[in-house]
Amino acid sequence: MGAEGIGARVKRKEDKRFITGLGKYTDDVELPRATHAAFVRSEHAHARIGGIDASAAKAMPGVVDVLTGDQLVADGIGNLICGWAISSKDGSPMNMGAYRALEHEIVRHVGQAIAVVIAETDSQARDAAEAVSVSYEELPAVASVEDALKAGAPQLHPEAAGNLIYDWEIGDKAAVDSALSGAAHVTRMEITNNRLAPNAMEPRAALASYDPAEEHYTLYTTSQNPHVARLVLSAFYAVAPEHKLRVIAPDVGGGFGSKIYIYPEEIVCLWASKKIGGRPVKWTAQRAESFVTDAHGRDHVTVAEMAFDADNKIIGFKVNTKANFGAYMSLFSSCVPTYLYATLLSGQYNIPAIYCDVQAVYTNTVPVDAYRGAGRPEATYVVERMMETAARELGVDPTDLRAKNFIQEFPHQTPVIMCYDAGGYDAHMAAAKEAIDYAGFPARKAEAASRGKLRGIGTSCYIEACGIAPSAAVGSLGAGVGLWESAEVRVNPVGTIEILTGSHSHGQSHETTFAQVVADRLGVPIDTVAIVHGDTDKVQFGMGTYGSRSGAVGMSAIVKAMEKVEAKAKKIAAHLLEADEGDIVIENGEFKVAGTDQAKTMTDIGLAAYTAHNLPEGMEPGLKEGAFYDPTNFTFPAGTYMCEVEIDPATGQTEIVNFVAADDFGTIINPMVVEGQVHGGLVQGIGQALLENAVYDDSGQLLSGSYMDYCMPRADDVPSFEVRHTTTVCPGNPLGMKGCGEAGAIGSPPAVINAVTDAIGNNDLSMPATPEKVWSAIGAAGMPQAAE
Amino acid sequence: MYQTTYHKAASVAEAVSLLSGAEDGKLLAGGHTLLPTMKQRLASPSDIIDITGIAELNGIDASGDTVTVGAATPHADVETSAAVKGAIPALAALAGTIGDPHVRNVGTLGGSIANADPAADYPGAVLGLGATVHTNQRTIAADDFFTGLFETALNDDEIITSVAFPVPAQAAYAKFPNPASRYSMTGVFVAKMKDGSVRVAVTGAGDDGVFRSSALEAALSSNWSADAVDGVDISADGLLSDIHASAAYRANLIKQMAKRAVAAA
Repeated sequence: MGAEGIGARVKRKEDKRFITGLGKYTDDVELPRATHAAFVRSEHAHARIGGIDASAAKAMPGVVDVLTGDQLVADGIGNLICGWAISSKDGSPMNMGAYRALEHEIVRHVGQAIAVVIAETDSQARDAAEAVSVSYEELPAVASVEDALKAGAPQLHPEAAGNLIYDWEIGDKAAVDSALSGAAHVTRMEITNNRLAPNAMEPRAALASYDPAEEHYTLYTTSQNPHVARLVLSAFYAVAPEHKLRVIAPDVGGGFGSKIYIYPEEIVCLWASKKIGGRPVKWTAQRAESFVTDAHGRDHVTVAEMAFDADNKIIGFKVNTKANFGAYMSLFSSCVPTYLYATLLSGQYNIPAIYCDVQAVYTNTVPVDAYRGAGRPEATYVVERMMETAARELGVDPTDLRAKNFIQEFPHQTPVIMCYDAGGYDAHMAAAKEAIDYAGFPARKAEAASRGKLRGIGTSCYIEACGIAPSAAVGSLGAGVGLWESAEVRVNPVGTIEILTGSHSHGQSHETTFAQVVADRLGVPIDTVAIVHGDTDKVQFGMGTYGSRSGAVGMSAIVKAMEKVEAKAKKIAAHLLEADEGDIVIENGEFKVAGTDQAKTMTDIGLAAYTAHNLPEGMEPGLKEGAFYDPTNFTFPAGTYMCEVEIDPATGQTEIVNFVAADDFGTIINPMVVEGQVHGGLVQGIGQALLENAVYDDSGQLLSGSYMDYCMPRADDVPSFEVRHTTTVCPGNPLGMKGCGEAGAIGSPPAVINAVTDAIGNNDLSMPATPEKVWSAIGAAGMPQAAE
Repeated sequence: MYQTTYHKAASVAEAVSLLSGAEDGKLLAGGHTLLPTMKQRLASPSDIIDITGIAELNGIDASGDTVTVGAATPHADVETSAAVKGAIPALAALAGTIGDPHVRNVGTLGGSIANADPAADYPGAVLGLGATVHTNQRTIAADDFFTGLFETALNDDEIITSVAFPVPAQAAYAKFPNPASRYSMTGVFVAKMKDGSVRVAVTGAGDDGVFRSSALEAALSSNWSADAVDGVDISADGLLSDIHASAAYRANLIKQMAKRAVAAA
């Protein structure tokens, strides 16, 4: 592999600029004559707008213009789209309400954009935004799925009767009902998956610039997928045709899914730049705006029933889920509780029959979309809480019940679309049990009890589908785009290498790990390899980074392009060395005649390719190749997480005293980077399990709209993690990779809650397990709450 | 943030003069509430008068049975003061639980109690020790100082200069932080004074701000022990209820924090 190749713990190339404050984010970009945008936002969850009076605002110092939704509609700017069509079980298409970038008739959530003020400075724009007078006729609002589905509930969109977007199903209902009726044991649970606000470190931002001379737009923005942004802005929002629009996503400080989507603010900034005559328009979200505009995550209410035979084998699994979509359908919202959720309900288990139906529901809340894990954390939470609870009901060890039902042979076709290609579930469970000293737990529990503490242990065996996705397969399921990736490899005349990738790094370390793949193949130092991404004018095309796809899909495209470059380079080397092409091998950055000391360096090859003085007969000059890679299947990372907690019964305070993650990610390029991804994911999952909650009151006001009330995990909330890896290589892509970006957030919440419920002896506990909830559950379980 | 004019006062007299001359002036004594409120555009003072640099408001003096802390003394100075640690270790320990090091290096005692946030820590010590608040106009007993949520007995033109804490026989503070803000979700300051009297102040829990618990004071007066707290019935009436903790849970926390504090005193 070489010192910097695949498997090497190389320090990150990007850290120098990030750690020294030299990263260049959208808000850092300065354009001459730039103006600043501030949005007028709805203070009501549901209201009819009687009028918008901007006359006072327009007269204020520095104000360039105030723009409203009627002007946006008049200019032909399209409504926001949802990129994945889902049909209800009766065959009808999903019921999608109109979603405008600026709303001038009916607002449907607190924070919805109504108007934009463009001014010379940010302060002037904000001052004037407060002076825009909006008259509202308040309408009744609804915040939860249960309330939204009730008869007589306030209606959000005329297109969606009863607030129902779709009622979708998957699986064999009759077979599952039969299994349930004939079961030796049925475990039934009502499970809530709490709503989360994404909270990337860098708030969303947009800087749009229109050039009247060329009729060309440039947009700097916080995007995980600048090409997709350009496509959607062109094809659906009609801002500009693709060849007249450049989208640049420079350094981006975290996304977690929330920066996949094209939001109203980016559309409005582009449109406004032309509207005011071509001056750039800049907007950077305040944190308070992020809470009420960034797409939220999760928010499911589920009833699940799992049937077991007399031998404790699962014979059927039935799930009903109500998914809160918020006030509008966000870009990929529709696929999250369907194809990214219900298709993972088989977990790591051999389940002969699964049925799931999902109702997608409008409420007067911020739109909900994919957030780190996207559907798979929700599925894992249902499956793994069910498994743990079932084991307790059956009186068997939860790890034994899981192992008894593990899938052992691959490929394995589940009843819910997915075909698992490879896995070794016993191995990571064994690794986790060994790492946490599972056998020693009873002694630790007894010792904790002697100190008045309740100690519990919980397990979660997660599986996820990553590396999305085979384009034809997702197309047949309703996806509006293909999910391949592209790469271009440019060998420069001096032999340095540039990799242009359609993946986008917003914390994933691509500049290091992608270079490691090249270093591994050529034996060159990673410092001679540059990774170029995030600019539609530089990179050919790309589908971006989400769903843990950049390794399995993005790197696969690089490998394909590298193979073409290497083939041509070998021909050049063979010609220069007067050797047979088949005898050329690549070692330590040199093209050698095998078994001899005759060699040409990368520089020799690059110079030969670009001077073209002495190339093989008929060969084109240059050394640059591109490739598109379309995956053949999803990849299936899986693992076993185990969490051990201690609870103070007097206060209900939970402390995580031990957390082990044993993952099978297939081939690992950089273990240090992978551990970092796992650590971050675990913290997000623990945050969901114990701390984070986006809470709305009944009138649709967000009660946890700042860090005073929305509890982000801090370093002292989590233990030092024990991370292990077991490996089954993914057979579906050239590097054997599965993806690691979301696993931590997917696998950890049920491990934490299973540990807490084990400690307190009460399975009836919802996330986040706050001290008060745990204290109350201890009381409900009849345990002493105030141990002495 | 709206436009504002910043002044740095060199003396209390200058601060008073600047304040009276301002259309809508605010004193800056650390700013951990004022500045975020201004950044959120929820406050728009015409003038900010920074009093943290005034020499006469800074410093700690421990002599006899009193520890006097200047109003502009940062929490970190109280936390690390050998004099405070020697005389009233509970006060130094309390200061060490406020916020994080950044907050403790800038936030001040006077700023905290003048703001009278119901979840702040210092009001627990001021009321729990029966301290005396000195201002540029008078002295105010702790029992008279806190008058409600973000409300004090201070006049608009009155500036706290120092707080004099009587040295107790025993004292301790125990708090259960709000997981999100890390302010006190419930904090209990217990003190056994040298005359044998017991004071118990509860912060973070009352819907009218910091308060004394007569039930706990009575129980601990007759039996200064954690066990004595067990028999006390803490009512949820008058306690805060929010998305983080109900009044009933806060009532439990009062009991648990009181036990911890007595055990630690």
